[in-house]
Amino acid sequence: MVEGALTQRTDVSATRRRWDWIGVCVADPKVAVGGGFILCLCLVALAAPLIAPHDPLEQDIMLGLTPPPGFAGAEPGHWLGTDDLGRDVLSRVLYGSRVALTVAFAASALAAVIGSTLGLAAGWRRGWVDAAISRLVEIWMAFPPVLLSILLVAVVGPGVGSVIAAIAIIDWTRFCRVVRAETMNQASADYVTAARAVGFAPGRILMREIFPNVAPVLIALISLEMGIAVIVEAILSFVGLSVSSDTPTWGGMIAEGRQALHEGWWILAAPLTLLLLTVLAFNLLGEGLRRALDPVMRR
Amino acid sequence: MAAITLTGVGVAIFVLLRVVPGDPIAMMISPGASPADIAALRAHYGLDAGIGQQFVVWARDLLRGDFGVSISLHRSVLELLAERLPATLELAGAAFVVALLLGVSVSVVAVLASDSKVAPLIDTVNGLFLAVPDFIWALLLVLTFGVFAPVLPLSGRIDPSLDTHFTTPFYLLESLLTLRVALFSDICKHMIMPTLALALPLAAVLTRVLKESLREAMVQDYVLLARLKGKSRLRLVLQEALRNAIAPALALTGVQFTFLIGGTVIVERIFSYPGIGNLAIDAVINRDLPLIQGLTLAFGALFILVNIAVDLLVVAANPRLRHG
Repeated sequence: MVEGALTQRTDVSATRRRWDWIGVCVADPKVAVGGGFILCLCLVALAAPLIAPHDPLEQDIMLGLTPPPGFAGAEPGHWLGTDDLGRDVLSRVLYGSRVALTVAFAASALAAVIGSTLGLAAGWRRGWVDAAISRLVEIWMAFPPVLLSILLVAVVGPGVGSVIAAIAIIDWTRFCRVVRAETMNQASADYVTAARAVGFAPGRILMREIFPNVAPVLIALISLEMGIAVIVEAILSFVGLSVSSDTPTWGGMIAEGRQALHEGWWILAAPLTLLLLTVLAFNLLGEGLRRALDPVMRR
Repeated sequence: MAAITLTGVGVAIFVLLRVVPGDPIAMMISPGASPADIAALRAHYGLDAGIGQQFVVWARDLLRGDFGVSISLHRSVLELLAERLPATLELAGAAFVVALLLGVSVSVVAVLASDSKVAPLIDTVNGLFLAVPDFIWALLLVLTFGVFAPVLPLSGRIDPSLDTHFTTPFYLLESLLTLRVALFSDICKHMIMPTLALALPLAAVLTRVLKESLREAMVQDYVLLARLKGKSRLRLVLQEALRNAIAPALALTGVQFTFLIGGTVIVERIFSYPGIGNLAIDAVINRDLPLIQGLTLAFGALFILVNIAVDLLVVAANPRLRHG
């Protein structure tokens, strides 16, 4: 009886501790602001067909290059003006968030899976596995990332899939290096020695003991990586290597805006502002998560 | 070590370009070309041989200093590199100097003002600068100085209407050394925006590191001794602390500088600046294999040179390493 009550009690506190970190995170102002913005952006991306005032592809040459309200020659109904083909800039920016967020989530998840698998392997097995993986990371990092991503997408062919693959193939090194160092760090901790002494299998120690302690660092890193992925996607669509030109993207709009700079600055300003805010939000979220999830920094 | 990395980069790029689909010949033939014409063209560029043989030919020519001929531009790759690389070197060099000056002055101000209300403001602004990459800076600058306050030229390296008789491809240095003031100021005007776009993120990284190491240095005994001798705070920072704090900051800047070189690719594109980055994007879009290979090697070599230069600078800045 008493014994049962005791175990139950520890279980409850363990569960509470396991979910505590969510509360800690949300209480952090950086996480709240950055995460809040990203959440809003996700909702906007999902609801784009419902909230966009126009079809993003609908052309109206008669209404080409009309400025936003408040400037001479503005047209009602086009809140951020129109581009040279008369397409509504606001609707295009809203739809552009879909590609940006898809790439951000998919690419960083993929990079995190590849990088942390190799990082865990290198940090846990050490020896030749570590040597081989570390050399690979070094050679990988000697390439200029922007050039490499352009190269990869150019040879594989444009498209959201190639962009996601290219970012993951380039940026897994970020995860690998951090996870490797953190795994090594954790593997020498007393609780791991204890788990070994108890006779747990290596796979179980790695996944049940070490990984949960590496996870906070990983989560913060993923958030930072999403900011990078959004930028890389914008760069690739700026160069014209992302999705086909009939899908609106921020980078594609920025390229169009750069061309039509003197006729309509708003075509550049609108996607650039949103890109800037998104990158700042992901950074804020990542910084906040790193601080909130790190027990040392929290104290 | 450097040679191994460079070889690795060369082999990797060679294999990558050849195992992936995409035919450079297909992009250069006219629609009416006969299969015989295509085969002749393929043989002309050595693309009909097996991958092993292609690699041997490429490596042998490379060691002789022959980088091949660009498929899309029909010019020697080495010639193109010699023409475009100096433009990138000047841009990257200028960005590095600006970042160093900005980073050091902001850090010194931050340490001098560490007790005042300015310090948290500097931290916040620096955090913002850390998060914004060169791509966004470049476009923000385009918007600011191209549209709202149109005072700077938006593209190119030099005004095409100016008399440009240069004997070297280093326009900035040459115009400075030969004292051609009008040319020099025009080149500078063209370089301000791309330089700032590259320098601002680097300056932010430098500031973050240098500020911390300066703060640590300021509480050391030798600074205390200098203070007892009656030196002003500004002198303490500049003459005592900075000298010791600069080495770790420099070491880190080296790593960041390689990112800066990578950043030249997209920044040159935005400003239509005629460097190797802009050339590289065109080469990739046109599947110009010899040019891509030459450019990748140039980038790789640049990375390695920067790392060696930074190592030397760190040694020069740290007396303990110099004598040991």
